[in-house]
Amino acid sequence: MDTTLLFQLVLNGLIVGALYGVVAMSFVLIYKASQVVNFAQGEFLLVGAWVCWWMLTTWQLPFWAGFLVTLAFMTLFGILLQVIVLRPLIGEPVISVIMATVGLSIFFQALMKWIFGVFAQPFPPIFTAERVSVMGLEVQTVYLASLGVSALIMLGFWWFFSYSKHGLAMRATAFDQQVAQSLGVSVPKVFAMSWAISAMVSTVAGVVVGVVNGVSSALSFYGIKVFPAVILGGLDSIVGAVLGGLIVGVLENLAQYVDAQWLNWGNMYQIAPFYALILILLIKPYGLFGTKNIERV
Amino acid sequence: MTPASDFRTSYRADTTIFPTRNSRIAAIVGVGLLCAAPLVFGRYELGLLITIGFSAIAALGLNILVGFTGQISIGHAAFFGFGAFASALLVEYHVPVPIAIWGAGIMTALVGLVFGAPAARLKGLYLAIATLAAQFILEDFFARARWFSGGVAGRVTEPYELFGLRLDREETYFYVVLAHVVILFLAAANLMRTRDGRALIAVRDHYLSAEMMGINLAYYRTLSFGIASFYAGVAGALYAHYLLFVSVEAFNILYSIQFLAMIIIGGLGSVMGSMMGAAFMVLLPEIVQAGADLLAGSAIDRALRIGASISFLREMAIGAAIILFLIFEPDGLAHRWKMIKAYWKLYPFSH
Repeated sequence: MDTTLLFQLVLNGLIVGALYGVVAMSFVLIYKASQVVNFAQGEFLLVGAWVCWWMLTTWQLPFWAGFLVTLAFMTLFGILLQVIVLRPLIGEPVISVIMATVGLSIFFQALMKWIFGVFAQPFPPIFTAERVSVMGLEVQTVYLASLGVSALIMLGFWWFFSYSKHGLAMRATAFDQQVAQSLGVSVPKVFAMSWAISAMVSTVAGVVVGVVNGVSSALSFYGIKVFPAVILGGLDSIVGAVLGGLIVGVLENLAQYVDAQWLNWGNMYQIAPFYALILILLIKPYGLFGTKNIERV
Repeated sequence: MTPASDFRTSYRADTTIFPTRNSRIAAIVGVGLLCAAPLVFGRYELGLLITIGFSAIAALGLNILVGFTGQISIGHAAFFGFGAFASALLVEYHVPVPIAIWGAGIMTALVGLVFGAPAARLKGLYLAIATLAAQFILEDFFARARWFSGGVAGRVTEPYELFGLRLDREETYFYVVLAHVVILFLAAANLMRTRDGRALIAVRDHYLSAEMMGINLAYYRTLSFGIASFYAGVAGALYAHYLLFVSVEAFNILYSIQFLAMIIIGGLGSVMGSMMGAAFMVLLPEIVQAGADLLAGSAIDRALRIGASISFLREMAIGAAIILFLIFEPDGLAHRWKMIKAYWKLYPFSH
């Protein structure tokens, strides 16, 4: 048993898991507000990271400026998607809405490949020190920053939903659309806002991953990884999304460890979360914190 | 859509496959005309027709699951692939190809039942995500199980042979696919006239009412998974013995989504729609290619790098087609076709 490796893997898992958590939160945000399952969540990361990369390399903007421009762009992008594609589908069956987001996902993935090519592009360096050591473990600065950013976003979400007026409107809409509307909440505005925030927050995650691994279409895989995370945490729970993300991140790395040490199957890193997903669905379909939907005849 | 004052007076009349004598004649003539296709078309066009054929079978299976029973599956390509590999494996154990194709269907149905087991408990979104997991797990299994799929290298298989006749050219294999399409489409149309078929539709329309009327929900939900996998398996086997080579990469999630796109574009819950949607999705890349060829060498081509990125354009066309159909034609091509037929029947009146 190689304990240093084990610790390193758990730490990596927590860092990647925190990012999964952020993406899962933005997924849950859309689901809670508008009951739309967004299969294009990964493409938010992808589009955001590419736009930011484009700002930094082609336009030579400093990082903070390029990042702000990207956030503004993605806010608009989210609102436009909601208004053009999702609004006409309000009231349609689940399958239609799911398929619309699947269509969006394919469309933007191919569009990004068309515009930016298929090869991974590195971000211009942002931090001066490449690595720092934490408790005897070598950690990349970017990873630490990513952990910090994830924690900040999570705190931001908590504040937004607990104390801000818009957050309250969003919670009301999620609870009961008709009652919220009759009490003066503009439901279309809440829907658009949820897409805008979701796109923005995903973009932050996309840029962080882009800085670490370079930007490529592999980013959209975060949109698939988000499903084990949110199902584990409960589909409509923000806290559950964070916890689910962390668990999935650690689980992946532990599976890889077990695989490398004893099983030698290969590829467990990618597949383990899906086995876990099936198990959770069979045992506890509403996840750890999800609302139990009790149906009585 | 039937003209006003055209009433059916018995259950038998209401559930016939062909509502009038003319429509039955039209169907028979249509199949007859298709039989003459190898005399008219070249090998390339016949290849497209064969692709439409096995895609339509798989799409029909998915439509039984999604359109008739109301359960979503995002892993259909994995079952399609399982059928392809299973048939190749059966052939290796000296099972004749015509039997292996149906055997592969049955094997795939069994696997579908295993992955459909959550269907007994889950519905809607949760089920969609469970099938998404099935897609990735099966794909991983194909890449790893060398005895089954030949691993990443893929697996070579035998051509179709019936009574010593080798049907391995497009001109002859076309008839094999056509025969399977006719049998399986008739079977599906008939299934919807039986007690089980109506039970499936009842489960879709309102599962609580269905249960109160004595329909065993878990049984029919799992059953529809089995039927859908059977169709996917047969289609996959037909694909395997057409290309004579099966490899893992073909059965990715994009292919699964293409099957879903076929039934949405064709029309959910329509047997003929599955065929129309399959034809649309198979011909869509050809249309994109034709458009690109038309622009080749022009300023637009140079500015947008169309020639070099044709594969991305095809993917974008798939995504755009799904979204546009959902927004503007949510009932699919089958519905539009019915409207056109009604227009001709009722002219010059609008009702």
